[in-house]
Amino acid sequence: MKVIIVLFLTLAIMEQTVSGRAGTPDYGGYIVTGSIGDASTLIPMLSTDATSHEIAGLIFSGLVKYDKDLNLVGDLAESWGVSPDGLTITFHLRKGVRWADGVEFTSEDVLFGFRTITDPKTPTAYAGDYLVVEKAEAPDPYTFRVTYKEPFAPGLSSWGNLVVLPRHLLEGQDITKSPLGRRPVGLGPFRLSEWKTQERIELEANGTYFEGRPYLDRFIMRIIPDTATMFLELKSGGLDWMGLSPIQFDRQTDTPFFRNNFRKYKYLSFSYTYLGYNLRNPLFSDRRVRQAIAHAIDKEEIVRGVLLGYGVVATGPYKPDAWFYNPAVPSFPYDPERAKALLAQAGWRDTDGDGILDKDGRPFSFSVLTNQGNPLRERTAQIIQYRLGKIGIDMKIRTLEWTAFINDFIDTRRFDAVLLGWTLGQDPDIYDIWHSSKTGPKELNFIGYANPEVDRLLIEGRRTFDREKRRKIYFRIQEILAEDQPYTFLYVPMALPVIHKRFQGIEPAPAGISHNLIRWWVPRSKQRTLAP
Amino acid sequence: MPLLVFLGKRLIVMIPTFLGITLISFFVMHLAPGEPMAIQADFNPKMTPEMRERLRAQYGLDRPLPVQYVHWLKGLLTLDLGTSFSADRRPVWDKIRERLPVTLLVNFLSIALILAVSIPLGVASAVRAGGLFDRVSTVLVFVFYAAPAFWVALLLMLLFGVHLGLLPISGLHSIMGYDRMTTLEKVLDWGRHLILPVLVSALGGLAGLSRYMRSSMLEVLRQDFITTARAKGLPERMVVYRHALRNALLPLITILGLSLPGLIGGSVIFESLFAIPGIGQLMWTSVMARDYPVLMGNLVIVAILTLLGNLLADVGYALADPRIRTGGGR
Repeated sequence: MKVIIVLFLTLAIMEQTVSGRAGTPDYGGYIVTGSIGDASTLIPMLSTDATSHEIAGLIFSGLVKYDKDLNLVGDLAESWGVSPDGLTITFHLRKGVRWADGVEFTSEDVLFGFRTITDPKTPTAYAGDYLVVEKAEAPDPYTFRVTYKEPFAPGLSSWGNLVVLPRHLLEGQDITKSPLGRRPVGLGPFRLSEWKTQERIELEANGTYFEGRPYLDRFIMRIIPDTATMFLELKSGGLDWMGLSPIQFDRQTDTPFFRNNFRKYKYLSFSYTYLGYNLRNPLFSDRRVRQAIAHAIDKEEIVRGVLLGYGVVATGPYKPDAWFYNPAVPSFPYDPERAKALLAQAGWRDTDGDGILDKDGRPFSFSVLTNQGNPLRERTAQIIQYRLGKIGIDMKIRTLEWTAFINDFIDTRRFDAVLLGWTLGQDPDIYDIWHSSKTGPKELNFIGYANPEVDRLLIEGRRTFDREKRRKIYFRIQEILAEDQPYTFLYVPMALPVIHKRFQGIEPAPAGISHNLIRWWVPRSKQRTLAP
Repeated sequence: MPLLVFLGKRLIVMIPTFLGITLISFFVMHLAPGEPMAIQADFNPKMTPEMRERLRAQYGLDRPLPVQYVHWLKGLLTLDLGTSFSADRRPVWDKIRERLPVTLLVNFLSIALILAVSIPLGVASAVRAGGLFDRVSTVLVFVFYAAPAFWVALLLMLLFGVHLGLLPISGLHSIMGYDRMTTLEKVLDWGRHLILPVLVSALGGLAGLSRYMRSSMLEVLRQDFITTARAKGLPERMVVYRHALRNALLPLITILGLSLPGLIGGSVIFESLFAIPGIGQLMWTSVMARDYPVLMGNLVIVAILTLLGNLLADVGYALADPRIRTGGGR
């Protein structure tokens, strides 16, 4: 009896030391994650879906990348320099990096990638950032130099994995017909070992990865289109890692089973949700009306009710932990009386006593459009509808299938207001969404926002490399946007991943959790050999 | 010989029907708002208008609709279904072909299960029409029919996958360790993975076929020759299984013929639930992405199978029922 207890204790201590001994990770093991959609092609410049980019990001590397604190750092480039006039960027590349087939990576590969992405025949959605390059050169195998027509600060981050291609395998070929889309040859931390369409994508560790071989042997992504099935797979051991919805995170995983077997993480996702007004519509052309609506919506209530508290109120087009986020902009707290006063100033009063405000005989009534299949947005719209009803604004909600929504309403500008979201990049540049020149058909300033000062600042922000100067520029833009309220910014939701406890070395950071995937490991005693 | 003439005639009549199907499908498909490249480029700040136009031209979407149709039809004549509009740009036939085996397997097993259960069920109900067994089985099959497949599937997954831990929840076979299995273990592994999907897809189909079988059987049992058989003093088993069942099975030929296209048509709902990479999901994503060539490719196959199924049903009927065969030479 005593022996058993002692043995038990030693085991417990050993277990502790094993997990506490972060310095000596074990190699081996695998991780299974789930995705609702399959990848399309693994040549990064040709795909536009998230799954393809996630997988390609593990197979390919860029000249630069964002680190865990969202600073731009070298990846395949050891260092880089920007000329004093801001026109030329020179990258100094790592030596001795090899493609999976053994051929050495050189600046010619980047030059080839650049030529391919700017080639009119390449069907890529990302050419925009590279068309402003005046010339690109590869003076020697380890130097790559680009010269811009005018200084372009966001350009630096564009030299990621979109433009690093194995020239020796692609030159002279039609990139759309290349087998590399299905069987990529990369130089990143993982290599593709098997891809079964709509079933799973399996990667294996790249033993010669330039930052060192990942600890995990395999990374497996299973394609499970239904999130309910995915959650059951997680419970039964078929998945190690998935992103949860607020309700799953808060209630359905609050069980002893999950506490014993999984770790939950939360961090602000790179997106925000907003209510955007069609500024061409006379209803919304008066800024006081937009400010009144901002005051009438209780954003805290939306975060609590829709996100169950897993998110923060948005005050502008950035998330609060970014270095260019301005915490001191006007915030429009929930204040229905102030909202009514502002509407009264703008001439909206309930003259006929029907409970709905009117002006010149027209009631204040409008529709909000949102896309089908996003329950969070639909619920948000309902809460807004209730709050606006309280101050005498009649709001209708219409949900539409995505393509029809874009084609018939956004592109034709036939909408009053929309409830949508934007995915955020790591660079503060938001020229395409807010500049007054971007209001043309298919362009992203579809609400028709035009403010000369914002226009000027947006251009200045693009031409400035100095971080402090840029910060000032984007702080001012955020102040103006808050004051103008062309959108009412609603919330930044949190990403809520859950990962099996046997994985060690996970470091949550502003960039999320997958930034150091190659340093995740499983103690040998807990490595599994069979996955259902 | 008359059968061959009959076949030839039917085949010739099918050609305009087939063309009509493709023509209508093609134009109806383009009525849906949005364009395929719009999916690739919507809300992407880096997409330039020039690139959008270039993509339209690459896909041939800048030409008038009738021209596009004729172009597609020309491809079809050389058995070329074209290339997908999605980013992978793979040939349509490749995309369909890699999904076919799984869909065929699941649907074949499911139809086999439906037949194996609903024929005896229908016969038993008909023989004891109005009795307790008849009423209970009627209620049961209709409950299965009415219960939403996704809900039943989730309940079964929860029970067998999570609580009892007996069966895998989704997928077709194990992920890790599968390579080291022996052939027998692999077959068993597939079997374990297929139990739930086949069961769920069959449950909903029981009602139709078993009721059909029941009424067909009832009809036959009322006929004079059954009375004669009974009057001859044949045992009831003999009357039911030798005389009645054989005749009652005749209408089933039509149903089987019509279920031929169903063999490749997958259901999006249960394929998504069980993460089965079948035709249903391919169709669904193609519709959402307005991937016209893949949609048309699928429609062509379904149309051909439907027409073929009709033909086979007619031929099968003629072979099985001498009255129809001789009736032709009247």
